[in-house]
Amino acid sequence: MQHTNRLRPFFENITFDRDDNELVLNFGPQHPSAHGQLRLMLHLQQEQIVKAHPDIGYLHRGMEKMAENMIYNEFMPTTDRMDYIASSANNYGFALAVEKLIGLEVPRRAKVIRMMLLEINRLMSHLFWLATTALDIGAMTVFLYAFREREYLMDIIEDYCGARLTHAAIRIGGVPLDIQDDFLYDLKVFLNKLPENMKDYEDLLDTNRIWQMRMENVGTIPTDMALSWGCSGPMLRASGVEWDIRKEEPYELYDEVEFNVPVSDKGDNYARYKIYMAEMRESAKILYQCIDMYTQTEKNNQTELMAHAPQYISAPKLNIMTQNYSLMQHFVLVTQGMRPPVGEVYVPTESPKGELGYFINSQGGPYPYRLKLRAPSFWHTGVLTDLLPGHYIPDVVSIIGTTNIVFGEIDR
Amino acid sequence: MRAYTPKDNVQKKSYYTDRYWIAPQVAKSKVSDDKVFSEDLEAIKKAKIKVLDSYIQVEQMVVYIKPEDIVKTLQLLRDECAYTQLSELSAIDWISQRGGFEVFYQMLSMSKRKRLRIKCFIKQDESIESVSKLFRSADWSEREMYDMFGVKVNNHPFMKRILMPDDWEGHPLLKTYPLQGDEFASWYEVDKIFGKEARDIIGPEIRDSARVDRYDTERFARLGHEVAKGVEFNPDEEKKPLAYQEDDGVFLIEGFDEDKSQIISDRKR
Repeated sequence: MQHTNRLRPFFENITFDRDDNELVLNFGPQHPSAHGQLRLMLHLQQEQIVKAHPDIGYLHRGMEKMAENMIYNEFMPTTDRMDYIASSANNYGFALAVEKLIGLEVPRRAKVIRMMLLEINRLMSHLFWLATTALDIGAMTVFLYAFREREYLMDIIEDYCGARLTHAAIRIGGVPLDIQDDFLYDLKVFLNKLPENMKDYEDLLDTNRIWQMRMENVGTIPTDMALSWGCSGPMLRASGVEWDIRKEEPYELYDEVEFNVPVSDKGDNYARYKIYMAEMRESAKILYQCIDMYTQTEKNNQTELMAHAPQYISAPKLNIMTQNYSLMQHFVLVTQGMRPPVGEVYVPTESPKGELGYFINSQGGPYPYRLKLRAPSFWHTGVLTDLLPGHYIPDVVSIIGTTNIVFGEIDR
Repeated sequence: MRAYTPKDNVQKKSYYTDRYWIAPQVAKSKVSDDKVFSEDLEAIKKAKIKVLDSYIQVEQMVVYIKPEDIVKTLQLLRDECAYTQLSELSAIDWISQRGGFEVFYQMLSMSKRKRLRIKCFIKQDESIESVSKLFRSADWSEREMYDMFGVKVNNHPFMKRILMPDDWEGHPLLKTYPLQGDEFASWYEVDKIFGKEARDIIGPEIRDSARVDRYDTERFARLGHEVAKGVEFNPDEEKKPLAYQEDDGVFLIEGFDEDKSQIISDRKR
């Protein structure tokens, strides 16, 4: 018997060699392709998995508890740390939830800037996904290429908000800053080059024999399994359900832009890969339209960036510095925080990973009474329980890759 | 004597209260205002499920039912009303106000493009029936609910903690659980890694990130003392008065010299 309180591996419940020749393999939590802190207990017959048990919680920081102890604006930078690959999407989900709770209408220019940020984040996230998954499968070149493009986008974001990963670029009620002068130019340069870059990736991967062997007919999620496990986003669309929240329950100005929702009925890794690639093209399409929309707001002289709601949102900086009453209200909002009305709201948004939902129960105080974060990756990890049995050990890596899970938002 | 603080909600910390403040409400509308929702509600009522309350808030229907009807209701919604996804499931702690938890089930119908929320109230010592047979996603959500609130779920295939370690004590999202963690939390890693006997040597884990230890020269500067980093605290150390002056002076401030300054004890002086 080992001592439980020593720094020694201690596996009280697990016998590694069994009479029935079943082997238990402990995959992670420190495995390079476990995408963070995933621990998988795999029961193996030879090389085949008969039972999988994902174990999470190694990155649990208690964000829901923190949210209950923070004023609403204070929580915004914390949401960055959920899906840190596309943090503006998290900021946006939270901002939208609080806006729905208050009943705020955001100025048009802020909406356009938010949409641009969201789609840039989607591109960043998908490029990151492509890079890491390709690296897991062994395609080092694609990793370098995709990271190069992602770096360009990160520079654009950095020019806008000063941060590369944890943006906190969206506020409740709008955006704090207008885009800088060369933002649109930089973005256009990137977008014009994107089809070329995407062709490079696809030339390297699409008909690559190794890629096909690792991807095709591996990790097939049937439609009913995807629905039952609460899958969303590309995971659901790869399994034959045409459901994109941007399209079906449009928020911001998504009902004004034209884009397609790629769907596949295959449900395997390759279908997911194809959907990620198609979504990048759609994001680029949306971004082109956003650029036009932004220039249109310039023509119409719609320069407002934050909603006008003095009870909840601080006045513009100029008013704060020149008008006494705005200064007083700003002081109250910063020290005590806004007090949204009593009520409940659940707001889903389409983050790059899937349905990112914020459930807020407000009791009229400056802190949310209960805040539940519905992170898509949580269920995309859960589905591994039913998905992995029947597959072989090398498939585990490619399946984890295509589920696109991020542990910041699984453990929260 | 130490001031009494209520222990039923340890994280309550409103430092400003206005007696005359009446919080506004998020608007609720009647279910009959929406055709699709009223049909769903009719279907629930037709199946002899007692509906305690129902309304539409922020475009979503909220239905309160009894906890014993939950499996029946969710099955009905899934099979007959096309609510094919259970997107979220969790609890809200109302122990100090009402002595129990409110469990909510967030449902999504893709064909109708509608979302609704089923809610039920259970007492603190009561348990709720698992819906993981209907929706596999409930498997993990219910584990999380148990982990965070201690709400027990009957007939769950694998009722175990999911986010916290298996041997953890306490349920972190309860209002009675302090933000910085309780006594158990502060000793957890010390006990686990080094053993209980090392408690005296290591001390409890400091989980308050804002804590300042004025005798810790390793991590904090001692203003006005100018001691080297990492030296032991000496009670007889020489005190150097603080002095501060910008090169060109600062508007309205002549320059700060601690010796010449005086600390005002009475603000009404």
